[in-house]
Amino acid sequence: MLHYAYLMPVLALAGFLVLVATGRRLGDPLAGWLGTTAVAGSFVVACLVLNCLLQSSSSNRTYVHNYFTWFHSGGLTVPIGIQVDPLSVTMCMFITGVSALIHLYSIGYMKGDRDYSKFFIYLNLFVFSMLVLVLADNLLLTFVGWEGVGVCSYWLIAFWFHRDSAASAGKKAFIYNRIGDAGFLLAIFLIFERTGTIQYESGPGGGIFGQLHHLGGGTATAAVLLLFLAATGKSAQIPLFNWLPDAMEGPTPVSALIHAATMVTAGVYLLCRVNHLLVLTHSGMLVIASVGGVTAFVAATIACAQQDIKKVLAFSTVSQIGYMVLAVGSGAYVAAIFLMVAHAFFKGLLFLAAGSVIHGLDDEQDLKRMGALRRTMKWTAATFTVGWLAIAGIPPLAGFWAKGDVLDNVYAHYKVLWALGLLTAVLTAYYMSRLQILAFGDDPRWDKVGPGGEPAHHAPHESPWVMRLPLVILAVAAFLGGALNLPWAHRVSLDSWLAPIFAGSLYHDGLQRSAQWALALTDVAAALIGVILAVALWRGSRVDKPALEPQFLQRVWYWDDAYDTVLGRPSRRLATFLAWVIDARVIDGAVNGTAQLVKATGTATRKLQTGYARHYALGIALGMALIIVFMLTRTWWG
Amino acid sequence: MSLSGAWYLGLAAVVFTIGAIGLMVRRNVLVMFMCIELMLNAANLTFVTFARMLGDIGGQAIVFFVLVVAAAEVVVGLGIVVTNFRRRSTTVADDLNSLKG
Repeated sequence: MLHYAYLMPVLALAGFLVLVATGRRLGDPLAGWLGTTAVAGSFVVACLVLNCLLQSSSSNRTYVHNYFTWFHSGGLTVPIGIQVDPLSVTMCMFITGVSALIHLYSIGYMKGDRDYSKFFIYLNLFVFSMLVLVLADNLLLTFVGWEGVGVCSYWLIAFWFHRDSAASAGKKAFIYNRIGDAGFLLAIFLIFERTGTIQYESGPGGGIFGQLHHLGGGTATAAVLLLFLAATGKSAQIPLFNWLPDAMEGPTPVSALIHAATMVTAGVYLLCRVNHLLVLTHSGMLVIASVGGVTAFVAATIACAQQDIKKVLAFSTVSQIGYMVLAVGSGAYVAAIFLMVAHAFFKGLLFLAAGSVIHGLDDEQDLKRMGALRRTMKWTAATFTVGWLAIAGIPPLAGFWAKGDVLDNVYAHYKVLWALGLLTAVLTAYYMSRLQILAFGDDPRWDKVGPGGEPAHHAPHESPWVMRLPLVILAVAAFLGGALNLPWAHRVSLDSWLAPIFAGSLYHDGLQRSAQWALALTDVAAALIGVILAVALWRGSRVDKPALEPQFLQRVWYWDDAYDTVLGRPSRRLATFLAWVIDARVIDGAVNGTAQLVKATGTATRKLQTGYARHYALGIALGMALIIVFMLTRTWWG
Repeated sequence: MSLSGAWYLGLAAVVFTIGAIGLMVRRNVLVMFMCIELMLNAANLTFVTFARMLGDIGGQAIVFFVLVVAAAEVVVGLGIVVTNFRRRSTTVADDLNSLKG
């Protein structure tokens, strides 16, 4: 069965190819069903592969197969091969599972869109790229998937490209990712130069992980930091996180796909994949942990002041990914993966539910113009509530266990970052409760005229079943997801499942049972404080509270403005200078100057062409005379 | 007694100079043609003289080539002159300056 693991990406690719060929003819909704079936097929294969791995012994769960060689060049051999092991299969499970649900949801959400079939083409390609990324057995193939994910995100974010904001958001995402990609490429070069291979653990000499002794401490730190730069781009960490909130310009299923199942988890996955490299460098780990912790906190503060329902969720994603990166930096890879899976469930759920709200309210995204949706959208409200409690960290939902796992490890490793993480947990509970109250609680505001004079909305309607079914499934998953890694279940848990992957590099927190209880209670207290705070501050019909939404937070800590001032405007000035001075004067001047010179020479020399034969004859005579003089002088003095 | 080769060479030089100066100072195309013939024949005379002096038949042989080329050139040249005279009624070289820069 493991030999057929390649079917996972191939099925998604097949869906993509069939849709490219026939999508327009299939149309709405057949194209959507086809795309959904392809990804659901991938999910079935993933389940079979998982079952197969579960049946083999825990030390024998890595299966690498090279199907063919992509290219040779000097000492470099790049195979097209897959690595099936607990880590990649865990990723595949939730990637294909959540993606399949998002596909199903999109059938309803994108109904009637002009480019219905094109949407599913991109969606399938996106899933394919992500599967290539996680299944690849070498860095370069991972990079191929990495780039595929990047370009698909560009297409999907700019899907409604006739809107200027969507088009530029797509470009922004692509360019931010390119900066990270440069780090990835440099890391590949560096690792290949030192170890002579790019395969993770297969191939001659045991791959990169078998050749780690060739890496000095400095080189390892450089490679890790370069890979981390790539991860900050893809996983939206400081300093490259700004693209993710803008990515909200895409259709909501795309936001769900990017935020929950694919794309942003890629950076964390990459860091987990090269965990044997990470342990070589303490300073690198500290950088990773600090960036993750600070990102988690900064993004959470920003989420507290956003008005757009999707923007709140976007910053929430940045914050949650910050937690995962913090966990990776603390050596708690399993906790990172655990939170990633749990996050895939509840963030997918939250985005799809938000999409249902937007769909029901005729594309209204402003929280201040919602309210009381619990009455009209019962399914959406109920499932959103599950997502809200899960991300806020209320036991026994998935978020509580996953976030608790991360914070325990961070507490044992970096106390300061733990405090920051705990503060973030309070903020998380606060902004999610605020979102819940503004959208679903209190009295309706959608039936009133908006502050900018926008007309009142019609009564919201509940979404069709294709949109409700994924919500329900994800809600169940978000509720029960914590069961994947319960602290007392040692034999059947992510811990023991992923242990072979992280053997040796996993950090053991070594906490006593009593300390774990204390930390768990602290987490619950943090969550409750956040929820109570939000209820106290946001209940009631008044929603204009500028004191709670400072400009500083609304403008994202002026991060974009800072980039604009430091990079954007000087670059534009430089470009203007280059265009109008260097290009127009120097380069064009050189070209036009050459032409002028030739013309002037021609004008001057054409006077010689007098038209009198005798002048030419004189010229010949003089020339001959010169030759004779020349030859005579050579004879006499030569 | 026979004259020494230097006389012949001197004569050739004089004839050549006359031809060259004539080519530059005269305007009539036919006269310019004759000047060219003078120069060619001066060159021929030089060849023959050197052939005699050095006892090498090659110099005499090349004269035939020069004569043939000169004949051909005269045929083409005179053809052009006649045609041009028909079109423009002139044999003055300076009037034929439509190609001047």
